[in-house]
Formats: sequence, C-alpha cells, structure tokens
Amino acid sequence: MDTLALSRLQFAVTAMFHFLFVPLTLGLGWLTAWFETRYARSGDENYLRLARFWGKLFLINFALGVVTGITMEFQLGMDWAEYSRYVGDIFGAPLAIEAMAAFFLESTFIGVWVFGWERLSRKAHAASMWIVAFATNMSALWILLANGWMQHPVGYVLRNGRAEMVDFKALLLNPYGWLEFFHTVFSGWVVAGFFVMGVSAWHLLRKNQEELFKKSFGAGAVFALASSLLVAGVGDMSAVNAAKNQPAKFAAMESVWETRTAAPYTLLVVPRLNGEGNAVEALKVPYALSLMAFHDPHAEVKGLKDFLPQDRPPVLPVFLGFRTMVALGALFILLSALGVFLWRKDLLGKYPLFLKAMLFAIPLPYIAIQFGWLVTEMGRQPWAVYGLMRTAEGVSKTLAPAQVWLSLGGFTLLYSALGAVDFWLLAKYARKGMEA
Amino acid sequence: MDYAKLWFVLWAVLWTGYFALDGFDLGVGFSGWLAADGEEERGNVFSSLGPFWDGNEVWLITAGGATFAAFPPVYAGLFSWLYPALLLILFSLIARGVSLEFRGKVQSSSWKSFWERTAAVSSFSAALLLGVAFGNLFRGLEIGAGGYTGTFLGLLNPYALLTGLLFCAFFFFHGQLWLSFKTSGPVALKAARLAGGAWYALLLLFAAFAVYSYSATGLSGNFLERRSLLALPALLAAALVSAKVLLARGSGRGAFFASFAAIALFSLTGFAGLYPALLPSRLDPAFGLTVYNSSSSVYTLRLMTAATLVLLPVAVGCQVWVYRLFRTPLTAGELKRSGMY
Repeated sequence: MDTLALSRLQFAVTAMFHFLFVPLTLGLGWLTAWFETRYARSGDENYLRLARFWGKLFLINFALGVVTGITMEFQLGMDWAEYSRYVGDIFGAPLAIEAMAAFFLESTFIGVWVFGWERLSRKAHAASMWIVAFATNMSALWILLANGWMQHPVGYVLRNGRAEMVDFKALLLNPYGWLEFFHTVFSGWVVAGFFVMGVSAWHLLRKNQEELFKKSFGAGAVFALASSLLVAGVGDMSAVNAAKNQPAKFAAMESVWETRTAAPYTLLVVPRLNGEGNAVEALKVPYALSLMAFHDPHAEVKGLKDFLPQDRPPVLPVFLGFRTMVALGALFILLSALGVFLWRKDLLGKYPLFLKAMLFAIPLPYIAIQFGWLVTEMGRQPWAVYGLMRTAEGVSKTLAPAQVWLSLGGFTLLYSALGAVDFWLLAKYARKGMEA
Repeated sequence: MDYAKLWFVLWAVLWTGYFALDGFDLGVGFSGWLAADGEEERGNVFSSLGPFWDGNEVWLITAGGATFAAFPPVYAGLFSWLYPALLLILFSLIARGVSLEFRGKVQSSSWKSFWERTAAVSSFSAALLLGVAFGNLFRGLEIGAGGYTGTFLGLLNPYALLTGLLFCAFFFFHGQLWLSFKTSGPVALKAARLAGGAWYALLLLFAAFAVYSYSATGLSGNFLERRSLLALPALLAAALVSAKVLLARGSGRGAFFASFAAIALFSLTGFAGLYPALLPSRLDPAFGLTVYNSSSSVYTLRLMTAATLVLLPVAVGCQVWVYRLFRTPLTAGELKRSGMY
C-alpha cells in the first residue's frame, strides 16, 4: 500500500477507535447529572448511589476518549499536511475554539466531580457533572462544524493558494454541521440509554439491587426512546440534505445508478461487485425514493452514472452501511419503546428473555454509529473537502510508506491493548453493582 | 495591529502554559516514585496529580489547535516532518494518561506497580522528546526550498538531546517541589531533599545549554539586538535562585511558584530567541517558516484573537478555582470516596 492508502486506513482505525468511547460519554454524563441532581434536591441516597455507579463507568470510558482524542488532533498534521496547509486557515479555527470553549471545561470539571465530594455542596457537586456533560456535547459541536465544513464547504474564498475564511458566520451556521451535530449527539444518547438498560438488565436478571436497577433501567429506556426518535428525525433531514448537497453520496447510499424523476424506493438491492449497476433490484415502492430524498414524489434523483467513475464514492460499503444503520435505528425505537412499556407496567421481572436481549443489545448502537460514520466519510470520497480538494491531494508528501506502516502497527497494538483493558474494567465495575 | 505578531506571542504563551503546568505532572510521573516508599506513599504521589493533570494537558491540545488555526504551514510542517518524534510523544502521552487513570482501579499490587512503571517510562519519554523537539526548533531544522530534508536520527543531535535532558531536569525539579507541599509526612520531606539536589544538576545543565545555544544556534541574535529582551533570561536566573532560597527556607509552595516562573521564563526566552521564525531553517533563513510567510489570513487571526480573549480567561479562571478548591492535599477519606485510588 502507498502512503495515501495507509494514511487513510490509519485515520479510519484511529477515528473509529476514538468513536467507541465518545458516544457513551455524550449521553452518560447527562444521565449521571440527572441522578445526582435528584439526590441533591431530595437527599434520597438511592439517587446518590445511582449517580456514583454510573459516574464511575462514565469515568472509565472517558479516560480512553481523552487520550485517543489527542491522536485525532496530531494526525491531521502528521499524515495530512497538504490538507492542513490548504484549509488550515478556515478548518483550524473550530478545532482551536473547541479546545478553549469545551475541552478546558470538561477536563477541569471532571476532576472536580471525582475528587470534590467533600469540598462542595451537593448542588455544586451535581453542577460539576452538568458542566462536564454540557462541555462534552459542545466539543462535539465544534468538531462537527469542522467536519460539516469538509462535507459542505462554506464561508471561504480561494486566495493565496489556499482556502481562506471570509465568513465565520457561514461556518458557524452551516446546516450540514448542525445536522451532523444533532445526529451524532442524539445517537450518542441512544448508546448511553442502551448501555444503561443493558447493564441494569444484567443485574435485574440476577435480582441484584432490584429497586435501584429498575430506576436506572427506566431512566435509560426513556432516554433511549426519546433519543432514538430524535436521531431518526434528524437522520431523515440529513438524508434530504445529502441528496441536495452531496448527490453522489446519496446515490451511493441507495445504490441508484440511473437518474430519474418520480424515483421508486427499491427494497431489495444487490449492487454489482464489479462494474456499474445492480445485480438484483426487486420490490419497488413507487415514488418513495423521490419522496424520501426531496419530500416531493416527482423530484429528480441523480444516479451514479451521472458522475465520472473517479468522482464516485465506493458504493458497496456506503450502501450496506446506510441500510444497516437505518435498520438498526428502527430496531432501537422498537426495543426502547418496549423497555419503557415494560418498565412503566413493572413487568420487567416477568420477561427475562427481554432483559437478556437488552444485555446483548448494548453493542448495537455502537455498530450503527460506526456504520453511520462510514457512510458519512466514505460517502464523501473521493473528496477530502467536497468538491474542493481530493483526499489524494491532502496526504503528507514527505511521508514514506514505511513510516505509516510503523505508526499504524503501533496504533493497532497500543489501542488493542488499551481497548481490552478498558473493556475489562468497564465490565468489572458494571458487574460490581452499586455501593451498599 | 499586526495580528501575525500578536499570534506569535499567544502561540508562545500557550506552549509556555503547557510546559509550566504539565511539567510537574510529567516530573511527578517519572520521578515521584523516588520520594515514595511503599504502595501507600506512591498512592499519595499519584493522587496529588488527580484533580489537575487532565486540565493541564489541555494546554497542549490548545497549543496544537492554535498552531493549526493561526499558522497552518507550521502545524503541517512540524507534525509531518517530525513524524516519528511526534508519534512517540503521542504514544507517551496516551500511556501516561491511561496509567494515571487506571492505576487505582484495581486493588492489586502488581496492577498498581505495572501502571506506575508505565507512568514513569511514558512521562520520561514525553518530557525528553518534547525537549528534543524544541531543541531542534531552537537549532533550526533542515528545511530546504522543497521542504524538510532531515532524518529522524538527525533530530537526535547533541544539542537537541541536551535540551531534552534540560527539560527532564526542569520537570524533575518542578515535580518534586510540587510533592514537597502537596503531600505530607515523609514523602514531602524526601521530595524537598530530592528537589534540593536536583537544583545543582539543573543549574549545570542550564549553564551548558546557555553556552551551547550561544555558540551553535541563532537564539542569541534577538537579545543582542534588543537589549531589553535580556530581562527575560535575567528574571529566569533570579527565579531559579529564589526557588533554591525558598526551598532552603522550608517553603515548598514558594519554591514551586518560583520554579513555575522559571519554566515559564525559560520557555519565553526560547521563543523570544526564535522570533520571527516558528520553524527556522538551518540551511538558509529564507526557507524558514516565520510570522511573515506562515500565518493565517488577517480575518482568521482577528477571529481567533476575539475567541481567545473571551474563552481563555474563562478557562484559566476555572483552572485557578480548581487549584484553590484542592489547595490542601486530598485526605485518605476523600481518596477512598473518589473510588479511584
């Protein structure tokens, strides 16, 4: 493999690994803060135990999110120097602001939460977790405004041989960035909701601390249901947005090859592995694709054949990733609605099979998120910045493949080891249950 | 107003903040065990960093982000040209972070000692390599017309290694002073003694670094041209002396603040010597990356200035508040309650 392919692989590996930890952080902070606030208001020690139990899992997960995040910042300069030179004038600002506006807050107040139990009033201590939860979600906003700019570049001119910022407001209000932000944080909340339901289910199956884990199961279920509805809503808007701004990505998501108006939605599609077109297309729902893409049954949907082969994203992974994500998204609504129902009726103990299913459902939102990013980033190819700069133009020129082989090997080893230890610690603390 | 020049100053301030703050975390990380006897004392050593290290590390993230936003070619050059060095710093910082977080999560001696060793090795290599990287900046990189022409082994030249050792000595001193007033009992006493001894080594390395810099780098040029800049190294010398005097008088806290000032002044002296280059070339100054040829557009720099003036004071304010909140060492009860140590 050449430097370009290796650098892309390394970015994918490190970003996907980083994003095993971020989503849970995005959601679990809110739930922990919520439990602790109920304790701070009522003095009910049960809520204190809930906050401390989920907070501890939050911390174990948070640690790896932080250290793997440094890689993301370093790597753009290390492997993508040409990219950084060309777009740094506009792309660097949201990253720098993220560090100052969000990362400072979360890193400072996480220490306050861990060690400040006896130095702060109950309410002030709970507030420190609210700040952490808020700041982690703000981090996501700035990072996704930066990514949103790569998807849909706005507010710049080409001058002095680079993309220069001329309108920060356009970057700040870029609808692409905001859709990505909401889709990402809501999906992180789904992860947290399913994580809380799954761990609680494990304890409920064993009849450990049933009252406490019923409470957390309920909170997780309500949170997951609300978030999975929101994530689906924003997902629909994101698809419309992609159809408008990134037609090649949208065509790959649905494996649509021919441009046509009043396009039907094809339920069963098998894209050809080599060459153009689909091997199988069956079960068409008339008008549905036009309706989905533009909320208009007669709208024209662009097919991949309208794009030169070198301007198309890889179809199969984007298509499969999108379908998997959407199917899982629908499943999350069903499962969490069922969870809310059984919890409200106090029937959880009667359906051990459901509880067991919820334990095994913990990884599903993670999988959906990874596929979602695969669609977003692979669907953007061959562009690093859509329509402006190709990925191949962005890679560092001074880098030899051997260097990237070494770093990729290093990351793989180090991350596998750390991931294994962190997973083991999470499982250990999750099994332990709450303090007496 | 020349925003590119202003951003050179802010760039220097952010790196300076990082060295002065995370410096003691790294120092405690690789040398704290020398002041501790047994697992419990080592626990006190590591927990003294607990509420602070993560916030300190953000200064590095901010310095990196600011380099990207304000001087994109510097960010691109520094990180891609020094790829192997940056990679090792990155791995070290990752290992340092997780070892501080994981150490107390399992109550077993072998688990704890594994993470203590990891913390020691990774903190040392991070300190050394950061010094080596900045030593190479001070010395100038082999930047030609077509970009960087140097090699990784070329980065390990005697001058850069000396700078690396100086960083380690600085952080050792800084870290032991931190322990001398952030822990109590035998650990604090031993740390004060270690800091006292380290001071002489630090001074020696410092003298060597000054002479070597004068003879082998262009750092001294700015100081000879504009004599008022000599205030920085003069204050640095004064801070180093006061650190020793305060330590001898039994004020670990005072000595720590003096060493904080010394590291900050050392860093600012280095940046003052570099100016106007951020990445100077030792082949021909014309190839170096400077505030004149490497900054972002005025629009971006103005925006970044506004953002920094609003956000950085808030961040610093929060950090000051946290340092005050945890002014007194964590009690055994608090450590137990944190569930982390």
